[in-house]
Amino acid sequence: MRVPEDRASAASFADLALPLFDQLYNFARWLTQDKAEAEDLVQETYAKALRGFSSFQAGTNFRAWIYRILRNSFLNSRAGLKVTVVIDGEDGEILPTVSSTPESLLMEQATREIVQQALETLPVHFREILLLCDVEDMSYKEIAETLSIPAGTVMSRLSRARKALRVALSEKNQGGGRGL
Amino acid sequence: MACNEWLDKLDSYVDGELTPTEAATFGAHLRSCAECAADALQGVQMKRAVQIAGKRYEPSTDLRNKIKKSFGVKSRRGIAAKWKFALIPAVGLLAAALVLTSYLGRERREQQRVYSELADLHVATLASSTQVDVLSTDRHTVKPWFQGKVPFTFNLPDLPGSEFSLLGGRVAYLEQVSGAHLIYQIRKHEISVFIFPDRGDEMRSLPSGPENAVSFNMQTWMKNGLRYFVIGDASKEDIKALSKLLQDAG
Repeated sequence: MRVPEDRASAASFADLALPLFDQLYNFARWLTQDKAEAEDLVQETYAKALRGFSSFQAGTNFRAWIYRILRNSFLNSRAGLKVTVVIDGEDGEILPTVSSTPESLLMEQATREIVQQALETLPVHFREILLLCDVEDMSYKEIAETLSIPAGTVMSRLSRARKALRVALSEKNQGGGRGL
Repeated sequence: MACNEWLDKLDSYVDGELTPTEAATFGAHLRSCAECAADALQGVQMKRAVQIAGKRYEPSTDLRNKIKKSFGVKSRRGIAAKWKFALIPAVGLLAAALVLTSYLGRERREQQRVYSELADLHVATLASSTQVDVLSTDRHTVKPWFQGKVPFTFNLPDLPGSEFSLLGGRVAYLEQVSGAHLIYQIRKHEISVFIFPDRGDEMRSLPSGPENAVSFNMQTWMKNGLRYFVIGDASKEDIKALSKLLQDAG
């Protein structure tokens, strides 16, 4: 990683980027599903972001900018190439409606692990939008910037992602065994 | 507006993306439609479940050090030797900032968890057919009802001349600790007031002013060993005004 000669630039980059380290790693790990790949991805993201920091416009959203770098790096990685087609294409087939209400079951039985397992089964484009919205607490506008998609698509994809998660939770419940 | 049209806006409501006017109209609809209220509750619960489940991975100390080092080492390389001594306190500050960042991050996560849980309790109560266990507008009836049910006592404000009215109370639990849950009303908005014994350091960092949390406005403070939370979809000004009445009564 090369730091620009300009100390002010390096310092302001560190001020903006370092507080996001834990969150970026969590997001990278969810995308890659692999510790080593997530670590490489975070390092690559910081290196690319620092190199491109001069092109970052002060006053615009730094978080969306660096998350976009991380996500694009992921899509270009070995693991990411496998999912690129799905992300760039349509959001997938129409999901079946769930007859039961898994949310009500959540109240009684769900554990963090069960939701985590359900999230793992989702396609990356659903998983990432749920993480950006619910975990990173990004606004729809920030998500649109991060994923480079229109705000309307954020809303429709988010709605489908939640529906898919409900289906996944419901299937876990109907599948018997552990959890729901 | 038919319920189907409201359902299209459910995600936006849960995510706090509606305009204040839309959110207020939606909130009013939820109070009159049990079906939509149940859907909203499910939406909030799902969001919270993902929020908790999604915070899953912590970076290793090795990676943290590597990233830190890449900033520190490279910064020194790019700068003349005469600045090296000046950098020592800066590096110390950076390390301290990283520790602080990690600490604040943990506090923020704890704060979000508490807020989410209270928001759930608030929405669940509004969606319930029996919102309160003691139904009274008289603080002299509500307060004694809690005796023996919660491990502390508290004072409630007298409300003549104010726009607020007391609807009643119930016992609530926050992480297995029992507390008082009071429901107040202002115009068409219902506001929850939670009172729990203070649990020390983990809640100490909660901000004192009204703020937007999980699509609601909320204010919290500590007084006489008790932690108060005021939460609802009323305006920040209303939340602040009710908080002031409670603080003055305390």
